[in-house]
Formats: sequence, C-alpha cells, structure tokens
Amino acid sequence: MAKDMKHIDIEEIQKLGWDELIPGAALFSFREPVEDVVEVPMEERPYAPTNSHEWQVGDWRVEKPVYNRDLCIDCQFCWVFCPDMSILSRDKKMIGVIYEHCKGCGICVEVCPTNPKSLLMFPEHMDNDEALKRWPQKEEKKKD
Amino acid sequence: MVKKIKNLKEFSLSNDRFEGANLMCPGCSHNIIVREVLNATNDPVIVATATGCLEVCTAVYPKTSWDVSWIHIGFENAAVAAATVSAAYEVMKRKGKLPPATQKMVDEGREPKIVAFAGDGGTYDIGFQSLSGAFERGHNFMYVCLDNEVYANTGGQRSSSTPIGASTTTSPAGSVSYGEKMQKKSMVEIMADHGAPYVAQVSPSKWKDLVKKVQKGFEVYGPVYINAQSACTTEWKHAPEDTIEVSDLGVESCVWPLYEIINERDEHGIIYSTKLNITYRPKKKIPVEEYLAAQPRFRHLFKPENRHIIDLWQKAVDARWEYLQRREEAGV
Ligand SMILES: Cc1ncc(C[n+]2csc(CCOP(=O)(O)OP(=O)(O)O)c2C)c(N)n1
Ligand code: SF4
Ligand code: SF4
Ligand code: SF4
Ligand SMILES: [Mg+2]
Repeated sequence: MAKDMKHIDIEEIQKLGWDELIPGAALFSFREPVEDVVEVPMEERPYAPTNSHEWQVGDWRVEKPVYNRDLCIDCQFCWVFCPDMSILSRDKKMIGVIYEHCKGCGICVEVCPTNPKSLLMFPEHMDNDEALKRWPQKEEKKKD
Repeated sequence: MVKKIKNLKEFSLSNDRFEGANLMCPGCSHNIIVREVLNATNDPVIVATATGCLEVCTAVYPKTSWDVSWIHIGFENAAVAAATVSAAYEVMKRKGKLPPATQKMVDEGREPKIVAFAGDGGTYDIGFQSLSGAFERGHNFMYVCLDNEVYANTGGQRSSSTPIGASTTTSPAGSVSYGEKMQKKSMVEIMADHGAPYVAQVSPSKWKDLVKKVQKGFEVYGPVYINAQSACTTEWKHAPEDTIEVSDLGVESCVWPLYEIINERDEHGIIYSTKLNITYRPKKKIPVEEYLAAQPRFRHLFKPENRHIIDLWQKAVDARWEYLQRREEAGV
C-alpha cells in the first residue's frame, strides 16, 4: 500500500505496521523543498512527519533541566555541548530547553559556569515554578 | 566559503541541520561532534555514514534526523561512498549538470562539503582498506572518525582503537586478565602517511579547536582525516553528565593530544613539506590516573595487581607527548 510519506500523519505512522510502509521509501526531512536549510530557523521549517524533529524522546527522562533566566550570562556552553539540540538559543541569548527532545543527560547543568548554576536538574514531575522557588543560594568557593 | 565564528555566542547563531529525538544515548559525544562539524559551515553538506551507533540511531525507519543529503552505506565503506559522491560531483560540475539550486550556491562560492562519519570499528578495522584506497586516490572529502574506542553499537567489543587495560565484552577484565592487551593504533599518523593534505585530532570539549580544524579541512583540496575523541557513556561507563569532563581529562592529561599534520605536495604529487602543530598545550599536564579513574571501564586497573598497567599508560602517554613536541620543533 503506497503512502504519501511527506503528508502522512505522525499518529498514522505510529499505528502502521512496518510492512505497511513503502520498503526502501525515501524518508523526507521536509514536506516541501527548503532551498537553504541553514538560513531557516527550526520554528519556520516545514518538517515532514518522517523527520525525527516531529517526534519526542522526553519520556526517557527521570530528571529534567530547569532554566533560571535571572542567573544566566548567555555564555552558550549549554548550547554547544547539548548532544540533542535541546537548548534553544536565539540572537546569542539562551531562551530555554526543548523538553520534547531533551533526554535529561545533565551535560548542560555540568557545563553551566554561573554560581549558583542557571540550569539545574529537578524531578520530572515537579513544576518548573516550584523548582525556581527552590533554587539554591550562591555557593561559597571551597578553600583548598 | 568560510563561516565566520569568532566566539561561542556567534557560533550559537547556527541553525542545526541534525535533528533532535534521534535515538542516541543521553550524553553521547557522537552527537556533539556531528553538531560541531555541521555547524562549522553554512555551505551545503553531503554526509555518508557507516553502520554504527550514529547511523543506526539517526535513521530508525520511518524517521530521519538529517536535514542534509545523507547516505547510509555498509559498515566498511563510508570512505567509498563519500569518495564516489565527490567524484560524481566533480564530473557533474565540469559538465555543467549540477541541479540549479546547487549551481547557484557554487556560483556564490558555497561549494558542497562531502563528509563521511564512521566509528572506530568502521575506521581502524573493517573500513580501513576502503579508507586507505580513497585517500591514496586523493578524492576531495572529509572523513571524521567518531572514536569511542569500542564497537559500541553491537555491545562493546574491542577494536584496534581500544586502549590497553580497557575492559570490553571481548577483552573482559577479571581474575586472570587486566582487560585489553594491545596498545591503541596510531590512526592519525597512519592517515597522514597517506600524504593527505590535512589530518587532525580533535575533542568535542574543545569546540573552537574542532571547528577551526574542520574549517581548515574544508578549505584544502584532497582527502582530510579528522580523528574525534568520542567519550561513550555506555561503554566507558561514566555518567552521561560527565561526558565533557571525561573528554577534558583526556585532553588535559595528553592522553588525547590535540594536533594537526599538514602535508604539502608539488605538481608531481611529491610531498615536499610535512608539518605537525600541537594546537592545544595543557597548562598543567594532569596524571593519566585521573583520566582512567573517571571511567569505570578502567576500574580494575586500580587493584594492586594491575597498578603496573597504569604506570605503563603514563609512560606511553609521556613518550607520545614527547614525540609530538619533537616533531613540532623539528618542523616535520
Ligand atoms: C560487515 C558488517 N559486519 C558487522 C556488522 C555489525 N555491526 C554493526 S554496527 C557495529 C559496530 C560499530 O562500531 P564502530 O564502528 O566503532 O561504531 P560505534 O557504534 O562504536 O559508533 C557492528 C559490528 C555490520 N553491520 N556489517
Ligand atoms: S539535559 Fe542533556 S539533552 Fe537535556 S538540554 Fe541538557 S544537555 Fe541537552
Ligand atoms: S551554560 Fe548556563 S550561563 Fe551559559 S548560557 Fe547556558 S544557562 Fe546560561
Ligand atoms: S553506545 Fe556510546 S556511542 Fe553509542 S549512542 Fe550510546 S553513548 Fe553514543
Ligand atoms: Mg566505536
């Protein structure tokens, strides 16, 4: 049964058995041609449902990184070292975490240089507002 | 066209062409390397990927995580795929048969970049003959080895990149063995000895060094080899959040020195100059022990009966660092 892979619904794909898709079919990144991908930010791309961007892996996490704008110095360490394209930065500013794609590895928290950190791991079920209320105070430098 | 990336803030303006919700492990370095390589340029990129974690987890039917042209090829021939694309591209360009969108970019000075990604198993071992052939023939492409020192995708078997003392599923440490018996193969020198114009070793934790080298590699004509350190949380057995720290320990201890080798050839293909540059010098070289201690794959080396392997490690790393410095000094 031939399927239009560019316009198929994600839920429809998920319900299909593997043998119902076209064996060897091209998996499209976009629904329509994008001439110059580097010029088009994520939010404006016509992603096809066969692009993993349209899927989510957020349920892999047990802990999530929470972002505190008040402490952030926009150094972009979290952006460059996030393995999963899950730190959203625009115009040289860190904006937040893409929770659909974040796997909760904790790298962004480890590399964040502020004191206290501007990103911290909290239990997945906790509200972000609640997490922000519980943010720790500045840590004194340990004397060697 | 070389993309201007003065600092990290500028780099963060990049629009990724590699997508989230792929199925790589949380904290995987392969992804960080791929992002840094692709974001090093705004030119079109064509990627060939050998079987291995990267290919298996970024193209799980019916999904793709690639917004660039992407070819999956067998485990052993990423270099052939990339070389073939490169040769075909050159013919199409010469005959004026490029697709209009590509031709437009070429006219703007944005030549497509052809990149092969493969693991150490696919590079040091099984893909070696096709890699060697493609380099000998001199095709214009970049080959990036994602070196996690193990066949990770099939459950952690040793490769010729696995360093001595590492416990893997086929070199398990136990009461009669300290783990892997062989020293890691010197892939960077082997590839440089093919006469490639540019060969370099990088770590994703030193993003600027990596990006600079990739940009240099894109600028030269001919085959370019990049050996990328890829800390693997699953097989090195460190916590996912420690990926960058473990990578840094490798660099700061000189276990993973950052350097480049540049070969210059005359019109007859004769190499008249070879230069090795160390691109990062740790302020204070830390003991190898600290790098080993951060990874449970080496845990058994800290038992009294295996301590001699740690001494051996330090000796080997010191000797290699000395060798690189001497070559740099001598300009060879
Ligand atoms: C010819 C062939 N032999 C064996 C395999 C099985 N295989 C698939 S991935 C893989 C391991 C890949 O290891 P490496 O190249 O180091 O990449 P990594 O998964 O570690 O990134 C193996 C052995 C295969 N796909 N093809
Ligand atoms: S936890 Fe990991 S995946 Fe999530 S945003 Fe931080 S670095 Fe990215
Ligand atoms: S690493 Fe921390 S300080 Fe730097 S941009 Fe990210 S959240 Fe802000
Ligand atoms: S096994 Fe290692 S290399 Fe493979 S996806 Fe997991 S962390 Fe990455
Ligand atoms: Mg490997």
